Amino acid sequence: MTVPLLKIEELRIALAGDGVAHNAVEDVSFEIGRGEAFGLVGESGCGKSITALAVMGLLRRPLSLANGRIVLDGRDIQGSSPAEWRRLRGSRIAMIFQEPMTALNPLSPVGKQIAEMFVLHKGASWSEAMDRAEEALRQVRVPSPERRIRDYPHQLSGGMRQRVMIAIALACGPDLLIADEPTTALDVTVQSEIIDLMAELCAAKGTAILMISHDLGLVSNMCRRVAVMYAGRIVESQPAEAIFATPRHPYTQGLVDSLPRLGERARHGRQRLREISGVVPSIASYPAGCRFNPRCSAATEICRRTVPGLTMLPEGGLVRCHHHG
Amino acid sequence: MLPVLARRVANIIPTLAAVVALVFLLFSVLPGSFVSAMNEDGRSNIDPAVMERMRKEMGLDDPVTTRFAKYVTRIAVGDLGTSFRTREPVTKLIAARIWPSLKLVFAAMCFAIIVGVPLGFLAALRPGSTIDTAAMVGAISGLSLSQFWLGLMLMYLFALQLKWLPSFGYGDGGLRHLILPAVALGVGPMALLARTTRAAVLDVLNADFVRTARSKGMTETRVVEWHVLRNALVLVITTIGLQFGSLMGAAVVVEKLFAWPGVGSLLVDSVFQRDIPTVQGCILLIVTFFLVINTLIDLAYVSIDPRIRYG
Repeated sequence: MTVPLLKIEELRIALAGDGVAHNAVEDVSFEIGRGEAFGLVGESGCGKSITALAVMGLLRRPLSLANGRIVLDGRDIQGSSPAEWRRLRGSRIAMIFQEPMTALNPLSPVGKQIAEMFVLHKGASWSEAMDRAEEALRQVRVPSPERRIRDYPHQLSGGMRQRVMIAIALACGPDLLIADEPTTALDVTVQSEIIDLMAELCAAKGTAILMISHDLGLVSNMCRRVAVMYAGRIVESQPAEAIFATPRHPYTQGLVDSLPRLGERARHGRQRLREISGVVPSIASYPAGCRFNPRCSAATEICRRTVPGLTMLPEGGLVRCHHHG
Repeated sequence: MLPVLARRVANIIPTLAAVVALVFLLFSVLPGSFVSAMNEDGRSNIDPAVMERMRKEMGLDDPVTTRFAKYVTRIAVGDLGTSFRTREPVTKLIAARIWPSLKLVFAAMCFAIIVGVPLGFLAALRPGSTIDTAAMVGAISGLSLSQFWLGLMLMYLFALQLKWLPSFGYGDGGLRHLILPAVALGVGPMALLARTTRAAVLDVLNADFVRTARSKGMTETRVVEWHVLRNALVLVITTIGLQFGSLMGAAVVVEKLFAWPGVGSLLVDSVFQRDIPTVQGCILLIVTFFLVINTLIDLAYVSIDPRIRYG
């Protein structure tokens, strides 16, 4: 098998608290192939965003990488020097953030914020970089880019701002694009445009995507493989279609059941959507054993005592459940 | 920019009109006058007829409305009246004091900005470090010290003990005489600026767009240079404006202490002598200075922050 583009092994991220350190993320492993779109799904606070920040080398106090390997193109990068990290960031791994309102500097024209990428990584002069920024805006289909490069973020709509973010992220043709909830803050109609644009540009350039979202439906539309995180651990990892057809972990099952589906009412009559009872435990009070056990209807004694390991499924894919059978 | 300037200047006028009315009315309801003050201290034994004549001359016997009308008409043509004490036009008295006052205020503000802003900056870039702790202890002390005490200590140390600088007075108007009063006046604003700058920079460093900047792979120095400075400046400028504007009024104590011939010491002297026209003139000048500085700050906002449009 070829070397995967990104390989995460047994990642553990510590959160320093008042004298006690908690593990915000624990035993997270996954691989992304070149040009592959991989989805990471989970609720707020499950650790998906900080996993992304770890891949960018952007964890800041009180978070820190406690253990694990991050391998990019066969090379360990978790121990890189700050200078090495800077060379990777932006040029090989780029990131799009959730809030396009605040993710852009309000006092700097958007063209300049794109141009920075060419100045930083390609050694371009500012005037040359501005020309390339205009071209980058055209690629993300911002109308009349020659005027827009001089606009400030507040003069653009949310969707346009996220296009600018995509232009920044893809400016230097990175190998991996991390998209952390890139459409959560946008209108539903704009969401699909942005997702399509991202998918199309990445496919054209052979850029892999690590798509992070709470929206299982969105992720499985875009990605070939999907991993589901719960309370800092990956609980299931399967091809996108299989996640829907045969979810193996009770949490994934709950997520799938709680998705509203078009046409459902016509087939089965009016039904309430099912929700997962209970709430996500806080990081300071993760239960022993399987972290989902207090909310799981199938939980038995072993679930409360022993942390389940990841089991390989016969069809491929992994599940972390004692009763996955 | 020009229409903005015009609108801001136009906004000053009603404020000034209100201040003129307040300053006038305040002194017309206060008991005592220049003439009664001459008599009160008991040193002079003035003939009541002379006092009567003086009151007439100074127009103190007229009804308030008449005096107010006269006052406003005179101010409209730039005449602030005649000093009761020296019989000179108030404009002339003040004109002699403006330059020393401005010199002191600008020097104090330069000191405050040059020391306070970099200090707050360094503190913010290394929160919790020795620099941070030292800077913030310094800032708290600077805020807590009274100008009066600080001025005396500076005088004692640099003039009496070390004999580096003259202890008081205006001298030939050179830098040597300016340093001590400017530092005494500037320490308060400096301390406040250090704290505001630290808070502003820390605030901006936590902003999402700074995380974006880091994700682009730029050095921390570049992040600060390209994305933090300008944004923090917006917040710092507010404090600079407020401090700067009120500094001419705040200089009263320092001017008295260092025998500095500024508007502040003229104001204090005139208050003691109930030289109302001069007091009014000084207050008007101090208020005008505040308004002008604030207008300039507003204009600075417009040129720094594209989101702000006065429209």
